[in-house]
Amino acid sequence: MDLSQSLMITGPEVVLSLSGLALLMVAAWSGDKASRMISIAAVGVLTLCALMVAPALGSGAMGPGTLAWFGQYRADAFAAFGKLLIYIGAAVTLIVAPAFFERSRSMRAEFPLLVLFAALGMGMMVSAADMLTLYLGLELNSLSAYVLAAFLRNDERSAEAGLKYFVLGSLASGILLYGISLTYGFTGTTSFMGIRAALSGHMSLGATFGVVFVLAGLAFKISAAPFHMWTPDVYEGAPTPVTTFFATAPKVAALCLLMRVAVEALGGQPQAWQQIVIFAALLSIVIGALGAIGQDNIKRLLAYSSINNVGFMLIGLACANENGAAAMLVYLAIYVVMSVAAFVIVLMLRDEQGEAVESIAALGGLSKTRPMLALAMAAVMFSLAGVPPLFGFWGKFVVFQAAVQADLLVLAAIGIAASVIGAFYYIKVVKVMYFDDVADVVKGPSDRAHGLLLLGSSVVISPLGYLLTIPLAGIAAKAAAALFHSA
Amino acid sequence: MSGLPFLSLMLVVPLIGAVACLAAGREQARMIALAATMVDLVLGAMLWASYDVGGAQWQFQEHASLFAGFEWKLGIDGIALLLIGLTVFLMPICIGASWNTIEKRAGEYYANFLVMETLMIGVFSAQDLFLFYIMFEAGLIPMYLIIGIWGGADRIYASYKFFLYTLLGSVLMLIAMFWMANEAGTTDIPTLMAYNFPVQAQWWLWLAFFASFAVKMPMWPTHTWLPDAHVQAPTGGSIILAGVLLKMGGYGFIRFSLPMFPEASAQFAPLIYGLSMAAVVITSLIALVQHDMKKLIAYSSVAHMAIVTVGLFAFNRQGLEGSMIVMLSHGLVAGALFLAVGVIYDRLHTREIDRYGGLAINMPGYALFFMLFTMASIGLPGTSGFVGEFLSLIGIYAVSSAVTLVCTTGIILGAAYMLYLYRRVVFGVQKNADAAAMPDLDAREWAMMVPLAVAVLWMGIYPETFLAPMRKDIASLEARVAQARPKGDAQIRFAAAHSAGHAADHSAGEPAAKPAGGHAAAEPEEAH
Repeated sequence: MDLSQSLMITGPEVVLSLSGLALLMVAAWSGDKASRMISIAAVGVLTLCALMVAPALGSGAMGPGTLAWFGQYRADAFAAFGKLLIYIGAAVTLIVAPAFFERSRSMRAEFPLLVLFAALGMGMMVSAADMLTLYLGLELNSLSAYVLAAFLRNDERSAEAGLKYFVLGSLASGILLYGISLTYGFTGTTSFMGIRAALSGHMSLGATFGVVFVLAGLAFKISAAPFHMWTPDVYEGAPTPVTTFFATAPKVAALCLLMRVAVEALGGQPQAWQQIVIFAALLSIVIGALGAIGQDNIKRLLAYSSINNVGFMLIGLACANENGAAAMLVYLAIYVVMSVAAFVIVLMLRDEQGEAVESIAALGGLSKTRPMLALAMAAVMFSLAGVPPLFGFWGKFVVFQAAVQADLLVLAAIGIAASVIGAFYYIKVVKVMYFDDVADVVKGPSDRAHGLLLLGSSVVISPLGYLLTIPLAGIAAKAAAALFHSA
Repeated sequence: MSGLPFLSLMLVVPLIGAVACLAAGREQARMIALAATMVDLVLGAMLWASYDVGGAQWQFQEHASLFAGFEWKLGIDGIALLLIGLTVFLMPICIGASWNTIEKRAGEYYANFLVMETLMIGVFSAQDLFLFYIMFEAGLIPMYLIIGIWGGADRIYASYKFFLYTLLGSVLMLIAMFWMANEAGTTDIPTLMAYNFPVQAQWWLWLAFFASFAVKMPMWPTHTWLPDAHVQAPTGGSIILAGVLLKMGGYGFIRFSLPMFPEASAQFAPLIYGLSMAAVVITSLIALVQHDMKKLIAYSSVAHMAIVTVGLFAFNRQGLEGSMIVMLSHGLVAGALFLAVGVIYDRLHTREIDRYGGLAINMPGYALFFMLFTMASIGLPGTSGFVGEFLSLIGIYAVSSAVTLVCTTGIILGAAYMLYLYRRVVFGVQKNADAAAMPDLDAREWAMMVPLAVAVLWMGIYPETFLAPMRKDIASLEARVAQARPKGDAQIRFAAAHSAGHAADHSAGEPAAKPAGGHAAAEPEEAH
């Protein structure tokens, strides 16, 4: 394998790094007044990268030909699926951010750069074929994310969120690293395929410990229970565009990474992680649903909702087969769209002075004052609850279908029954908007970019989204096939 | 079959109307809603007219592979045809009932109703398992909004209860559907109706479907959402809730539980009997002591639905046909009774029975219609209520005389609470001056009452119109469940229950309803 071929395969990452560095120079020379221009350029770079990865997804690239850098990096259809979602999440963040930060005159040129570098790190995460690539990507993403969470330097909540995220995130990284070192100690390799080969047949206690630590570290990153505690605080404290980012791209990256590790590195020993995943899935569903009930801040509510949704996605992984993985990817794609819609709405909720409105009570009677916004919010809520005919139902549909086909009937029955608890707080938001008296708080004007994004994502969430089921199922199946036939 | 895709058209028309309503003001919205429902009524009439009675089992089939995992597949048999007919018949009346009463957010109100119409027709015409589920579940959203926005004092509690109860019931059914689709390798409902699931699995599947249908039906003891939802819903909401929504449970039993899991249905029949007997007696007694008119009718709905369930699980033709007729009749009669309550509620803004009295003096026209519907609810011969209840009870008598005995008390108690209600509201002295000053029915109310009254009498006097389209489908259902029929304690056996040849005679178009009724009526007397 020569250098040029490896560079070709890692094209999106090369483009992202080089353009990130170039834009950094631009930012250094022209200062914060160029931030809007840099944001636009960054969206352009992300679009370019998305176009670069799309062919791999279309052709269902898989097998040894997708490896680069001596087996440390893999650019198959699965990675392409993850990257597309990541780039979408990052681009949405860049589009919604300027309007938010400019109001408090805190938009700085670093913002698009940090998002770009985080996207680079996440791209490496989903393409990792080696524990070290995994860790490099994860840390590049995390370090950018810590700064992003604390981006509003003068805002106490933002600084607190950044600090909390940093301390807990470092702890998780430590756990992960400890797990990696244990695995390395017991298998003698850091490459996923090597670990798989070493673990075939007998699995030693030490290696099992390593696997548990690795999974715990990753569970933190996807905010699965019982490692979810940071999520509500960080979601609430971070500036809303950053929360939009956290809810979409890093979640996709960490979930894809988890699938990679589970299927590629530990694919020979599914019983070693299947129970852990089932446990985390059920716990996340229940804790996400129960925790959300008492919340009065919309961002905290959405944080618990994301914990809840991660639980449902993990059910797909718990199936430990191609079908389940494809279902999980479909859910992931729909979840990204739902999150974008939800947080764009949160961004559009402003009072007369243009300040952000985050209290759920302030949404009272929104359907009378802002009917279209309320309708979109109601659609998102019913969609997150998984009530047909909204498209969110389809995610639950495929995941539970995969679980039933994999004979995980008890898991499916408990999971779906627990989803009713979740429905309680989603319909509570609808109740506040539609049944309660007018609170008349949300009066501020909405940015046009926000409106357009909301329109686009709402169309996907609406029953029209079902027309996407065939293409979506097709690419998810290709991605899942690449994941399972990596050797 | 026919050139026009009738069913898709019937689904699309209200949907377009709904979108138009959202954008329109109050005056235009109600006109649009009325127009859309009338168009659907006309389409429904054409559907009925071009339905080939005695022809292919599934007619008006449409098919399009639009989705992954399930398909857009529609088609109806006689059973679905009747229920679709009921839906399109009641919808314009619902809109009419809301004509003057809905002042706030009328556009959204009518949009919700039109979406409901689409979903209900979708439930009855879906031929794909998951398409059915989506239509079945999606009804939660508009009903939640209708109860929550336009309901009465406790509307929020009622809307939550309605939403969460029915959702919990349905999600388990979804898991069962996944298992079935996986096992049988198809999501096509007609194929699944003929598929023999392993008996052991049927047990679990039946329970999962039961969880959903029993809540929708509703059967005792999961009925508690119904009185709350009814009392709080606006008149139009109550009509559609009682008239059509409750029929989804019964339709589910007919379409899924019985043909797909006949063995399990037989095993669980005693459970159904037990719950139904409890429902008939308990809810009738509860109805007797209500002070709120809507609550009274809501409890009587639960009692009537219990007659439906015993008839369905009698495993014979009389029971099945009777249950269908009870469902249709209850759709008309309960809808009409809620309309009657709505008429006086609009004038006095209270549902308290004691606030009325002596209405026969100042509202003679109203008193006449109210009496007709009261009698139909009791099951007086000549009204639709009699035909259905009689057939159902005959059907169950072939299986168990004890169950029949208990269920028949429901008719006696029904007479008690309905006549008691009628006496307090319409007869007696005019003790309340404001009630005594209420004007009689206006033209709009006449226009709603007359079609209902005609339909109730038609179904009571010449039920053959309604029995004929479903006769063949009921016969094939009976043949399907015959293998599992529980052994009854009664001495009598119907000829129809035994010989397939007789069934064929019926479907060949012998003018049968009244003779069949009379025939069946004669037999038990002989047996004693």
